[in-house]
Amino acid sequence: MARAMETGNHTAGYALAVAGEANRDARGCVCGAYPITPQSEIIEFLRGFVFTKGCVVPVESEHSAMAVCIGASLAGARTFTASSANGLAYMAENIFAAGFYRLPVVLIAVNRTLGPPWNIWVDQGDSLMLRDAALLQFYAESHQDLVDTILVAFRVGEDERVLLPVLVALDGFVTSHTQMVVDLPEQELVDRYLPHCKIPHRLRGDHPTTIGGLTWPRETEHHRIEIQEAMERVPQVLTEALDEFEQVFGRRPHGALSAEHTDDADMVLIACNTMARTLRNVVNTRRSKGERIGMIKSKMFRPFPREELLAAVSNAKRIGVLDRNHSPGSGGIFWQEVATTLQPCPDVIVQDYLVGLGGGDVTPRFIDEIIDDLASRDKAGKPVWKEVAV
Amino acid sequence: MSTVASPEELYCHNVLRPGNTNCAGCGMSIGLRWLDEALDGEKPTMVIPACCGIVTAGAFPTTAFGVPTAASTFASAAAVASGISNVYELNGESNVVVCWTGDGGTYDIGVATLSAAAERNENVLYICYDNEIYGNTGGQRSSATPEGVVTSTTPKGKSERKKDMMAIMAGHRIPYAATLSVAHRDDFLRKIRTARKTSGFRFLLMLSPCPTGWKSDPEESIDLISYAVRSGLFPLYEIFDGIRYRLNERPDGMPVEEYVTRQRRYTKVPTDVAPLKSYIEDQWRYLDAMAKAFPADGGVNPCHRIPSEDHDRKGE
Repeated sequence: MARAMETGNHTAGYALAVAGEANRDARGCVCGAYPITPQSEIIEFLRGFVFTKGCVVPVESEHSAMAVCIGASLAGARTFTASSANGLAYMAENIFAAGFYRLPVVLIAVNRTLGPPWNIWVDQGDSLMLRDAALLQFYAESHQDLVDTILVAFRVGEDERVLLPVLVALDGFVTSHTQMVVDLPEQELVDRYLPHCKIPHRLRGDHPTTIGGLTWPRETEHHRIEIQEAMERVPQVLTEALDEFEQVFGRRPHGALSAEHTDDADMVLIACNTMARTLRNVVNTRRSKGERIGMIKSKMFRPFPREELLAAVSNAKRIGVLDRNHSPGSGGIFWQEVATTLQPCPDVIVQDYLVGLGGGDVTPRFIDEIIDDLASRDKAGKPVWKEVAV
Repeated sequence: MSTVASPEELYCHNVLRPGNTNCAGCGMSIGLRWLDEALDGEKPTMVIPACCGIVTAGAFPTTAFGVPTAASTFASAAAVASGISNVYELNGESNVVVCWTGDGGTYDIGVATLSAAAERNENVLYICYDNEIYGNTGGQRSSATPEGVVTSTTPKGKSERKKDMMAIMAGHRIPYAATLSVAHRDDFLRKIRTARKTSGFRFLLMLSPCPTGWKSDPEESIDLISYAVRSGLFPLYEIFDGIRYRLNERPDGMPVEEYVTRQRRYTKVPTDVAPLKSYIEDQWRYLDAMAKAFPADGGVNPCHRIPSEDHDRKGE
């Protein structure tokens, strides 16, 4: 294992490269590549990587970046790309298409605020906009979590029980442009971890099919039901992928959701990505002072781990959700999922906090204020805008 | 002597099989069968964006296409084909990848994708069946619609000229570009074979009669294209490396009225064919200048009779 000091973007680029390279004895790998801040260094890294059997196609738009992945995947290759913000919005049509085609493209989303007005800082509204695509979504907390999750993403997405595209998100700048010490897995281990990519429905001359043509309502319903069933198989496939990961690499990445100190907690906070790290520090500090408080790092957004969440908060009276995103006319998108999941528990207060939108820093003091607010509530209210502390 | 093909002969067509949903007299049907014939038994991999071309297949689980076919999103044909052809190349496979698209997916929504794939010189054979209209959505204008034509979104007739897609593609300096006529079978087959033998990005533009959109008689489809070529409205030519021109047929004096009066989309015609005549004149002045300045093999096509310029068939 090579320990290195790397940026988040180079960490992601490296993970994609070794995953692609691991398919060199099968049908190779293809990346459709188009730059956007703060993702550009990922595709620059990939353009500079020498693949034994792979290529990075420098296209004219994010829409075509995903289209190239779709074509290459239909031809049987391992495929991946990366984007951010308006790039993801522009790519969206083909992200939906990749899911409907059942193609396991791995998509790195470096979270950035959607514009205009233009803002390059982190906000998860871009990847969460894609929540209704047939797309798995993971949110990585650190550089190590990122490289590990990307490898797991290929393993899960390409599994014949799943066959769906997978998005792995990281925070723009906070993760993408900062350096951390990270174990970058060597090619040999990645070769052992990732089986060859097999697309069972790939285009073949000896068995011609028409993929993506017209369907009637009945076939469309079946198609959607099959996708839902594939999503429901993800928890099992993910568990197997994590077990195997531990055997090969000697460490176990976080699963769909990690509950910390929730057993005795009557107050639980939920966050993802780097916000979860800050939250952990605050929770640990307050616990050391005797407060019965816990936290959940929500790593997998699609499929949403409802059962795990219900089990983890079974003793909680108050739940606070930190959302670095905003669905106009509703509130935070993680909160919507949590509130729906908590329907069987009408006595639990589920409060939404909109924080760090447009890249505002979510500091420990900020989270302390949120915890104080939550502790003082006897019922949930409208989503609370926690504006950037000046 | 029967000229009706046996079921075996029909089903041996790889690309387009019987049972497809195309309208009678659709140019695309002829184009797909001639594409098949020119490929001499090779099975292409087809990429077809949202257009009449994918409706042709019929609904799942049936398909009229006997070759591997991907239905792409509207603007993505050339990029999806790029992905496929790159994987074929990585794996040493020589299968030809064909984009089969309408004028909407070529001239308009797909033009950026097409331009980028051409600029990268992807190993893709791109064929546009141009019926000069958004046929699949009920007949709205496209940038391929000629001046004066009435569509559902140009009720008073289109006021702009047709976009010169061949010139745009030539500007990309791609190895091969050519126009195809369903009234000139030998020329059509030869150009497909030339394109097949050429590697890199190849662009073929076929004027595709659409009786539904053109409001013409299905049995006149091939005659119409013949008139379009003979009147000079749709020139047959090839461009090598985006710069060397070869003109295949010259106008023989056929009045453009013969073409337009057989379609009810040209409602202003024949009272005013002046815009079309000036379009033809400008087009030929441009092509003649290019062919003179940058001739391919002397500008003479060995496969075709080149009528002399004074050969006037008006009186015939």
